[in-house]
Amino acid sequence: MSVALRWLQKPAGRRTIIGYTFIAPFILGFILWFAIPAGTAMWLLFQDWNMIRPPTFVGLGNLQRMIHDKLFWQSLKVTTNYTVIAVPLGLVLGFLLALLMNSKVRGITVFRTIYYLPSIVPAVANAVLWAWILNSEFGLLNVLLRSIGLPKIRWLQEPRWALPALILMSLWGLGGGMVIYLAGLQGIPQAFYEAAEIDGAGRWAKLRHVTVPLMSPIIFFNLVMGVIGTFQIFTAGYLITNGGPQNATLFYVLYLYRNAFEYLSMGYAAALAWTLFIIIMALTLLIFKGIGSQVYYEEAG
Amino acid sequence: MSTATRRLAASKRQRSQLLSRLASEAFWSRVVVWLILLSGAAVMLLPLLWMVSSSLKLEQRVFQFPPQLIPNPVRFQNYVDALTYKPFHIYIRNTLLLVVLNEIAVLLSASFCAYGFARIRFPGRDLWFGIVLATMMVPGVVLMVPSFVIFSRLKWIDTFYPLTVPLFFGGGAFNIFLLRQFFRTIPEDLADAARIDGCSEYGIYSRIMMPLAKPALTTVAIFTFIGTWNDFMGPLLYLNSPDKFTVSRGLAMFRSVLYTRWDLLMAASTAMTLPIIVVFFAAQRYFVQGVVLTGLKG
Repeated sequence: MSVALRWLQKPAGRRTIIGYTFIAPFILGFILWFAIPAGTAMWLLFQDWNMIRPPTFVGLGNLQRMIHDKLFWQSLKVTTNYTVIAVPLGLVLGFLLALLMNSKVRGITVFRTIYYLPSIVPAVANAVLWAWILNSEFGLLNVLLRSIGLPKIRWLQEPRWALPALILMSLWGLGGGMVIYLAGLQGIPQAFYEAAEIDGAGRWAKLRHVTVPLMSPIIFFNLVMGVIGTFQIFTAGYLITNGGPQNATLFYVLYLYRNAFEYLSMGYAAALAWTLFIIIMALTLLIFKGIGSQVYYEEAG
Repeated sequence: MSTATRRLAASKRQRSQLLSRLASEAFWSRVVVWLILLSGAAVMLLPLLWMVSSSLKLEQRVFQFPPQLIPNPVRFQNYVDALTYKPFHIYIRNTLLLVVLNEIAVLLSASFCAYGFARIRFPGRDLWFGIVLATMMVPGVVLMVPSFVIFSRLKWIDTFYPLTVPLFFGGGAFNIFLLRQFFRTIPEDLADAARIDGCSEYGIYSRIMMPLAKPALTTVAIFTFIGTWNDFMGPLLYLNSPDKFTVSRGLAMFRSVLYTRWDLLMAASTAMTLPIIVVFFAAQRYFVQGVVLTGLKG
């Protein structure tokens, strides 16, 4: 006891007290808004509870229910399809766009601003806007199709078009990823390109052997964040299609939301949330194992 | 002419030919780049123009083919109608209240924690910083259900508390991380000089680090504003009475009530987007810096 007291009076001890005072808000917040909810989620996993009647212990019942729940598998399929198409497409197009934006032509800053603007439109305003753009009678997309003599597409009414429509919508926000790539491109020392030119590298070789390897950490980062982000997509499915038609846009988080806040199955929703967590962690790990070794890091840190 | 000079002249001619070809190739590639950029810009701008254009049309003109890009007549009244059909002034007031609270919470709390992580050496610091990074990695929706349960236990449903109080505890892991990185770039000598003059760590934090961290704090402030203004999931879960709605929640309800009045819906959407665009143009440098920091240093 007195040893501890004496230590606290030494500079190292005082620094420790001061240090913990500074980070105390985070520690408290971590306990209150992270550790306790995580513990609650663990408890909920084994309960059947509608927040009104007392909870009943169901063991692994929630997980068993998931296996037999067609809508769970549907939501997983929808979200996976969306991720598998939207993320690589966004990655490649965003990268190509950044390459274009890195060229030194007149007015390039104006172009950068124009390409970036769509990505800052608030999610709800964006959803309302795209509900209108995708409107089957008078929406912008069908107006354009009609003006070049193509038949209209019932984007939001036909199950096979609804998900592609939302992917198209996500591509409009490409500018967010582009800016990140662009910053990376501008950080590549010119000397690397000069050295490659001396070795006789053409434009393609420079892209293939200088730009892409040096950009690989950023591409990799965008891939990981893209997968984590698209697995949590909610607003578009909730506001534009409400999961329809025929559950074609029933995203995982939308289904989770419905179980928790419309059907009040808190235990089942918690099971869905844990599953989502495990899926995202597993995917991240898989990406790290699979292509993490291909990423070129110039220096540590 | 000797063979040597002839050969020299030939090689000169070759070189100039090569140069002019290169020049024209560069020229043409520039033209191609320009054309791609222009058509891409049109594609990117068209939905925005469509939104603004629809927002200024007469109700029946919205359903006209071919559509007018520039509305005739221009109807600004749509904005008045849209923003008074539902009490948007209340939604804006509520959102701004949350913005102010969240700015205070994040700027004070995150910077305070960040200073501890950046500049004070104590046992357990790196472990806790690892926890900061770990919480950044956990997807937000995973804790949505238990958080709701806890907030309902606290009787915080249909209040602003769930949307702001947690931010007073650390201000968000990402903001701590961002500010910590920035604090570490400030020379230690400044703090050492202040220490010799008898300044406490709290004094160094508030009188030296905070003023020097203005660029990073501005970035954090902008992202807090945008995050609060755009947040939909939070208000959707925790706010029930319409007089507590935020702009995003109000617009979503507006859509479910008036789903065929695209003129008014577009006016409200444009109105919701406008502040973000204004902030973007006013603080472009910090804005892009923030995006880049989120991307590169994550």
